[in-house]
Amino acid sequence: MNGPHDLGGQMGFGPVAPEIDEPVFHADWERRALGVTLASGALGAWTIDESRHARESLHPATYYAASYYEIWIRALEVLLERHGFVSADEIETGHKVWPGVTPKRVLHQADVEGVLARGGPCNREVEAAPKFAAGDRVRTLNEHPTGHTRLPRYARGKSGVIEAVREGFVFPDTNAHGKGEAPQHVYTVCFDGRELWGQGGDPALTVSIDAWESYLERA
Amino acid sequence: MTHDHHTHDHDHPHDHHHDNELDPFAARVKALETILTEKGLIDPAAIDAIVETYEHKVGPRNGARVVAKAWVDQEFAERLARDATAAIASLGYTGRQGEHMQAVFNTPDTHNLIVCTLCSCYPWTVLGVPPVWYKAPPYRSQAVINPRGVLAEFGLKLPEDTRIRVWDSTAELRYMVVPMRPVETDGLSEDELARLVTRDSMIGTGLPLRPGSLGPGALWPPEADPGAGI
Repeated sequence: MNGPHDLGGQMGFGPVAPEIDEPVFHADWERRALGVTLASGALGAWTIDESRHARESLHPATYYAASYYEIWIRALEVLLERHGFVSADEIETGHKVWPGVTPKRVLHQADVEGVLARGGPCNREVEAAPKFAAGDRVRTLNEHPTGHTRLPRYARGKSGVIEAVREGFVFPDTNAHGKGEAPQHVYTVCFDGRELWGQGGDPALTVSIDAWESYLERA
Repeated sequence: MTHDHHTHDHDHPHDHHHDNELDPFAARVKALETILTEKGLIDPAAIDAIVETYEHKVGPRNGARVVAKAWVDQEFAERLARDATAAIASLGYTGRQGEHMQAVFNTPDTHNLIVCTLCSCYPWTVLGVPPVWYKAPPYRSQAVINPRGVLAEFGLKLPEDTRIRVWDSTAELRYMVVPMRPVETDGLSEDELARLVTRDSMIGTGLPLRPGSLGPGALWPPEADPGAGI
């Protein structure tokens, strides 16, 4: 979707303003937000793609006004309601008022280290041979799906070169919507700065994206 | 700009210290944690363990050790270039948001910069959780169109003919930059070299420290257990 999250090349947000000696967390609620988000993900009810889509589906005014942990929590509330774990009433009152669905699993303290150290690999076997090879010229599709996609707007309809052929990976555009993992090969595609940004672009700039095969056509 | 520490000030949505000022939101997070705990969906002790992991165990010291080893051990550097996930795992750093790693090496001609324009993808196993600015719109919007302007904000001015390669983390590959080894470091040990490697130098928004420039605050976190890491 052409949502608020798709920020590459936008202007007007002001300086980056890096913070000297930035702490890992700026407030205790951020600690809890990180932990609650990861522990809720471990319930196994949704994928990382669905959670990304929940975040980018926040209203743009909300998205741009929120810190990133706030975006996480607002999206988490949506996911927990969607999957029947909590109700709007409960979020309103801050307490349990109904049992809700039973999760596949709950993350307990003893399992945290192992779960975090294992992570959640997203590479998958793909039977078909890769359609493209390193060095091939390709063009990204200029499409504007209303659902989740990982092809950023600034890199749509652009001509580039395959730099690396990656493994097969879960396809976010289907997986985010419960339509299956449908894995595809992923490619690292390089674009000249001027292909992306026109004659005002930095002549010594190359930008790469990682693109699923169906985002690309032969140029 | 003045700060009201008790309101969520939407008039200044991109203020850098925004994250400090969310008392109403703190209540909202607390309420959610309470509901989930009452329903048996989360274990508060597991939340503590997650926080402990990313506050004290998994952070840029991991990545610094990877870089320092690559500087002193050519065979490791080649493995890191070929299969970063395995090379990094051989130092004990595996897991969430580091499942599929690639190390990208700065050269005299090319400077690498990592961004995620679409969300906040970041190599947690080697760098920990990302800083606020990495996740915020100014960096995400400008890194791909005006990287030299972004680098200047970090005090990094590259020669105009230095190529800049920006890696937008749009899939599940997670990138870390291996900066060039600073000059005049021939006599330093691997541990001493690791102390020169800053977080920003592994994102590409900085360079490693020079020997002699180590001061308070150079290490992350200052009290970190040097052996920690999962």
